[in-house]
Amino acid sequence: MGLEEKLPNGILLATVEGMVNWTRKASLWPATFGLACCAIEMMTSGAPRYDLGRFGMEVFRPSPRQADLMIVAGRVTNKMAPVLRQIYDQMAEPRWVLAMGVCASSGGMFNNYAVVQGVDHVVPVDMYLPGCPPRPEMLIDAILKLHQKIQHEPLGPVRAELAAERRAQGEKLELLPSSVKYGREK
Amino acid sequence: MSTLEPGLGTDPTVADPATPDPYAASSRETTEGTVYTVTGGDWDELLSETTGDERIVINMGPQHPSTHGVLRLVLEIAGETVTDCRLVIGYLHTGIEKNCEYRTWTQGVTFVTRCDYLAPLFTETAYCMSTERLLGIEVPTRAQVIRVLLMEINRIGSHLVALATGGMELGALTGMTNGFREREEVLHLLEFLTGLRMNHAFIRPGGVVQDLPEGAEKRILEFCDVMDGRLPGFHQLLTGNAIWQQRLVGIGYLPLDGCLSLGVTGPILRSAGLAWDLRKIDPYLGYDQYEFEVPTDNAADSFARYKLRVEEMHQSLRIIRQCVEALEPGPVMVEDAKIAWPAKLSIGADGMGNSLEHVRKIMGQSMESLIHHFKLVTEGFKVPPGQAYVPIESPRGELGAHLVSDGGTRPLRVHLRDPSFVNLQAAPAMCEGGMVSDVIAALASLDPVMGGCDR
Repeated sequence: MGLEEKLPNGILLATVEGMVNWTRKASLWPATFGLACCAIEMMTSGAPRYDLGRFGMEVFRPSPRQADLMIVAGRVTNKMAPVLRQIYDQMAEPRWVLAMGVCASSGGMFNNYAVVQGVDHVVPVDMYLPGCPPRPEMLIDAILKLHQKIQHEPLGPVRAELAAERRAQGEKLELLPSSVKYGREK
Repeated sequence: MSTLEPGLGTDPTVADPATPDPYAASSRETTEGTVYTVTGGDWDELLSETTGDERIVINMGPQHPSTHGVLRLVLEIAGETVTDCRLVIGYLHTGIEKNCEYRTWTQGVTFVTRCDYLAPLFTETAYCMSTERLLGIEVPTRAQVIRVLLMEINRIGSHLVALATGGMELGALTGMTNGFREREEVLHLLEFLTGLRMNHAFIRPGGVVQDLPEGAEKRILEFCDVMDGRLPGFHQLLTGNAIWQQRLVGIGYLPLDGCLSLGVTGPILRSAGLAWDLRKIDPYLGYDQYEFEVPTDNAADSFARYKLRVEEMHQSLRIIRQCVEALEPGPVMVEDAKIAWPAKLSIGADGMGNSLEHVRKIMGQSMESLIHHFKLVTEGFKVPPGQAYVPIESPRGELGAHLVSDGGTRPLRVHLRDPSFVNLQAAPAMCEGGMVSDVIAALASLDPVMGGCDR
């Protein structure tokens, strides 16, 4: 019907946006930001039984410069908040933040003087994952949902306008990209 | 073509000279000379600016993959040798003890279980035993056996993480993957027995929250058989490994007098030759009825601690098997209806909840039961005034809960003597004079859990 049928074997057509987002989501390197109980479950997710390596994520980067995704795993205290912000600032864009567990998402059961009531007071969060601690399956599910958001991220203002038009015409995405949902540049 | 909209003429990637880079190298004058702060950049360039011999202070952590959690180390180094090591803690201070003062005695369990997140059942037990001492009650035998059983399963899981993260920090990643694979067996068993993988809140003042599920004995014995087969793998993988030995033998040396004067307990104290184990020294929960040994070593180094942890897992398996034999039918909660949780749990169509029988009784038959249930759940039980301290042997050493009651339904003060906190003060004694890389090995052998340390 179109150009595809006239192409020789071994050539696949895609949009630049789809291609870029695919590479971004398919090797999303997490920064280790393990804090408390959730960090143990995060490490378990990377270990053999749950094996995050299946999603191109087994390399947990100790250096924020080489990481795309910060998994804030555990309770963020007031003393830790500046450190968290500095690590976030050191990460290269585009970057994503996953608040793992109720403590990182909202302070959880620790509504007191020591704990930051949700890490979104300090850094912008793309995905909230409840649980105390969430099971490794839940973390993997959250990461896969984040992959969906990254895949639909419009590349540049022109594509963003086109995507907005499509949405106005009734296109439904299962998960809105962060630039739409939170008005955040990626 | 060259007309740009205002504001688009500047390249955003080039830093604006008006706003200085907050992370650039800086210097300030002090009474001891110029102090340079470096957070990145070219090292040679910086060195050319400084003059004469200088002391280098390195900040390690709190966000560092090798410091075993959110521990921050301030190391003063001369070349590769650590001349001064200071620890900065408190990055995970959660206010758990304070929160407990605003909850009932039963609710406190859900808070203390989140302190030492690798050994939650130990903190629960220490807290509950302390509460029970204040109440002056004795827990039924079956509940005692279940507590011992769960704690020993938990001890295996905790030691496995100690080996796994220790291996990861030293670059032995296969040790990490194996350790976590084995730990998964522990977690699956604990999930079957208590309903949760971590942070169980299963042990409550007066006993345990519910009886073991059907088929528990069989599952536990199967687990023991699996672990019997897997644990020798650590010896094959690590113990004889030349690199592992070179990284650990003679590293983190802390002799017995050092351990005693610093208040160190657990595998570190036992690696120095003293068979100090509260399960033997001051038996609780009927530990004197189980046959097991307290392994010790005389090397007092990281390698000895590694070997002790592996051996302790074998001893825990021994205790678990004896526990399964000692399990006899009976109540798992005290009879006293003023303390025991009123509801019985059961699994319904919508998941775990109050048993229908109990709901029927309090809603349809007995107004007194409803009042009693309501009072006990919302207000809690009263605990006589006084204070109690109960220590138990956690995987890391002496874990004690010091509770003070003023006679009310909430604790006046909850304090936990956590072995991670006390053992950490031995870190400078272990690290100073050694290489920077040995700091990692020494800390890994201490196995601090910052959740327990900072609470």
